[in-house]
Amino acid sequence: MPLDESFVGRSYPPTEPYEVGREKIREFAHAIGDANPAYADPEAAKALGHPDVIAPPTFVFSITFAAAQTVIQDPQLGLDYSRVVHGDQKFAYSRPVRAGDRLSVTSVIESVSSRAGNEIVDVRGEVHDASGEHVVTVHTKLVARMTGAGE
Amino acid sequence: MTARIAYADVEVGTELPGAVFPVDRATLVRYAGASGDFNPIHWNERFARDVGLPDVIAHGMFTMAEAGRIITDWAGDPGAVLEYGVRFTKPVVVPDDDKGAEIEVTAKVAALLDEEARTVRVDITARSAGQKVLGMARAVVRLA
Repeated sequence: MPLDESFVGRSYPPTEPYEVGREKIREFAHAIGDANPAYADPEAAKALGHPDVIAPPTFVFSITFAAAQTVIQDPQLGLDYSRVVHGDQKFAYSRPVRAGDRLSVTSVIESVSSRAGNEIVDVRGEVHDASGEHVVTVHTKLVARMTGAGE
Repeated sequence: MTARIAYADVEVGTELPGAVFPVDRATLVRYAGASGDFNPIHWNERFARDVGLPDVIAHGMFTMAEAGRIITDWAGDPGAVLEYGVRFTKPVVVPDDDKGAEIEVTAKVAALLDEEARTVRVDITARSAGQKVLGMARAVVRLA
C-alpha cells in the first residue's frame, strides 16, 4: 500500500516540554566516550560563554525522535515501521542545547515518496525552549525498505 | 561561543586530527540506555540475523556522535558546531568477541563559508572494516 501523500506538510502540535538535566547530559556524553568538560563541568561551560553545561550535538535526537514516533506510527500514513531504517540525519542549531532547557518539539512531515520499492518519509522537528526561542531544527529521513518486494 | 581554532588559521584542505573509536557490545548497551533507543538489532544477535543483518550493528546515531567528536575536539567548544548532517550508508557491524569494531574518522576543511561569521564547512569520512559507513557527512563550524 503506498504512503498517503496527503500527509506532506502536515504539522503536529508541540510536545510537552522535555527538561534537559545535567546528569542526563553527563550520562549521554559518557555513553559516547566524550570527556569534553563543556558537557560535565558548569564552570568549564561558563568559561566558553554558556550559562550551564551544554549537550553534545546529537543529544537532542532522542527528544525529536520520540516526537517523530507519533507521526511515523500514525496508521493513516501507512508506513511499515518494522522495515524502517534511518536514512539521513541533520541538525541546524541556533544555539546549543543546555541543562535547564525545557524543550518542545513541533514535527512536520516534509515529504513522502517512493523510490525503487522503498518508501521514504522526511520529518522536520522544530525545537523551541520555554521562552519560545528557536534552539535547533532536526531533519530525519526514514526509509521503509522494499515494501512488497518480499525481502 | 569560543572555538580554539581561528578562522584565519585554516584553509581549504586543512586536516583535522583523526581518531579511531572502538565499539563493542557493552558500548552499544550503554548507548541504548543513554539514548533510549532499545531496538534489538543493536544488542540481540538472533534478532539482527532474523531481519537479514550479518550481526548486531551499532546505532547510526552512535556512529554519528563518534564522527562528530573529531569536530568538537578540534573546535574545543562543542557549541561552535552550527550544523551537522550525515547519511547512513553502511552499518557498523559489531561482533561479540574481545575486539568488537572500530570507527576510523578523518575530516578536513572543505570550504570557507563566511569570513564575517568565521564559518567553515568540514567534510568527514568515517570507515569501519574498510568500508565507508557515512556519506555526505558535513559540519558547519564557527571558528574564533
